[in-house]
Amino acid sequence: MAQPLVVFDNVVKRFGGFEAVKRMNLEIREGEFLALMGPSGCGKTTTLRMLAGLEQPTGGDIRLAGKSLLGVRPHERDTPMVWQSLALFPFLNARENVEFGLRMRGLDKPSRRRKALDWLERLGIGEFAERDVNSLSGGQRQRVALARALATEPKILLLDEPLSALDAHLVIRMQAVLTKLQRELGITFVHVTHSQSEAFAMADRVVIMSRGEIAQIGPARDIYRTPASRFVAEFVGRNNIFAGTVNGAGDVETAAGAFTLDGKARPGDKVSFVVAADVVSLSAIRPAARNVFTAQLISEEFVGSMVTLFFEAPGGAEIKVQVQERLLEGIPREPGQLLFLSFDPSHAHILKG
Amino acid sequence: MKTGRLLRWVLALYTALVFLFIFAPIVASLVFSFNSERFPTIPLGSFTTGWYAKAFGNPEVWDAALRSLVVSSVSAALATAIGFSAAYTDYRHDFFGKKAFLVLALLPPTIPLIILALAMLGWLSMFNASGMTVSIIIAHTVLCAPFAMAVIRLRLSQMDPNLEPAAWNLGASEWVTMTSVVIPFTLPSIVASLCLTAAVSFDEFAVAWFVSGLDKTVPVVILEILTGNIDPQVNAIGTAVFLVSITLVVIAQVLAPRPARKPETA
Repeated sequence: MAQPLVVFDNVVKRFGGFEAVKRMNLEIREGEFLALMGPSGCGKTTTLRMLAGLEQPTGGDIRLAGKSLLGVRPHERDTPMVWQSLALFPFLNARENVEFGLRMRGLDKPSRRRKALDWLERLGIGEFAERDVNSLSGGQRQRVALARALATEPKILLLDEPLSALDAHLVIRMQAVLTKLQRELGITFVHVTHSQSEAFAMADRVVIMSRGEIAQIGPARDIYRTPASRFVAEFVGRNNIFAGTVNGAGDVETAAGAFTLDGKARPGDKVSFVVAADVVSLSAIRPAARNVFTAQLISEEFVGSMVTLFFEAPGGAEIKVQVQERLLEGIPREPGQLLFLSFDPSHAHILKG
Repeated sequence: MKTGRLLRWVLALYTALVFLFIFAPIVASLVFSFNSERFPTIPLGSFTTGWYAKAFGNPEVWDAALRSLVVSSVSAALATAIGFSAAYTDYRHDFFGKKAFLVLALLPPTIPLIILALAMLGWLSMFNASGMTVSIIIAHTVLCAPFAMAVIRLRLSQMDPNLEPAAWNLGASEWVTMTSVVIPFTLPSIVASLCLTAAVSFDEFAVAWFVSGLDKTVPVVILEILTGNIDPQVNAIGTAVFLVSITLVVIAQVLAPRPARKPETA
């Protein structure tokens, strides 16, 4: 594999007594779409701001393309950012906003004008080039901000929750715009978000952060199917977590029942494991499957063709089951209904710690 | 419905009365400045521009007008520069004693003018700097800087805290960011501040009277003419001063609250 574009080498960031980032080691590959995700206060934004030079690490080193960024002022780095507030210059029109970075690089007037217009055209807002940015819609302003950050043709683009202020339908549109741009340009995108759907929809790799530490790095699918810890499993949601002790037969005895994990757990161990909501099977009569348990239907949530059913298992644990609605024909779905749930041992993933 | 209409009429009447109360003396002065009678009495005499001719024929008045112009424009520029720096310091930095800094910076207008004037006179004469045009400029700068700071601070409070970092992020050094982002953003308030402080300085009497010595400004000259005798040429001068001040204040009003656009970048 090629040399990573960005290396976080034992980076620590303290604000007074608060440790926002704790000894972080992270490599960002050239040309990848990386999402930094986590609850607020997890250190994801601080990480991004350190990369842009807006915060200085308390300890450790950050390298961009092999060169240390310590002591390099923000304006000397080539790490443009798309801001949550967009931070467009309100006294400039759309084209002048896009030209700003080029102007700072001393590009002459005609070429920066041409480049700015090209970028606005590319993002589909060429006709608004001479418009006051205050008169543009949220989506159009977003595109101006993107064009402004990309106009200098950087190797890396930083995105600080830029979609969080948009309407839901615009978020989907902008996600498509971002993914397409990233593929076409082949540059590295580092996207900070608290939205799982945003991260999972766009990123090649997702970094889940918790309290200043990296909880897990990997493709979205791995994070969803094989979460590294209980925190990740809970944060990702749509996961069912079971905990219990392994008995002599190798089965895990939980409040919901005893389950076999096909020898993935040693007798005597206390283990937690997750089963994703979409691999739990549902039936009205006891099925001839392994790992069957009963649970009481509490409520359901309908999104498009998918239904999420919420159950209460013996012992009070909440169980989520996600299925295509057409597969539920013939299964009674009144709240309070007792149904048989089952999952295959191969779909159970044991959590470490 | 009926009470609403009544209320509207009462409000309109009240507003009219307030304006009458404020502007009647000025209008009276304007009317009497064109009145041929020496004493401001009704019925009026005939229409004349004689008082204007007399006032503007007086070299002392011209001298004072020119000095007032110099004093107000220089002290407006200085006060705005100081006010901008103070407002920006408040916006950008957090430091120990910031509250005290702000209170001290905004204090001068709360001090009675006569006290400020006496203090200025005492202080400036320690450096042999009293009784000159420059003394009035110094005193007026002190008096006006808090107004400038207040106006510019209001504008800065509307600035996205990410705006400067966004400029750095795009390759602008802190100094370039100042000239290409902060100043363009606050430009309307800077112009408003220049007009407002110029108007304050142009009208100010007490401090100017104490520190001016022989280098008199227009308000000082007006008082000196008045202490001698009743002379309607002060009505003429007053009307001219009023027009200058109201123009500056109107410009300041128009510019202050509006987020203006810079036409073209250099």
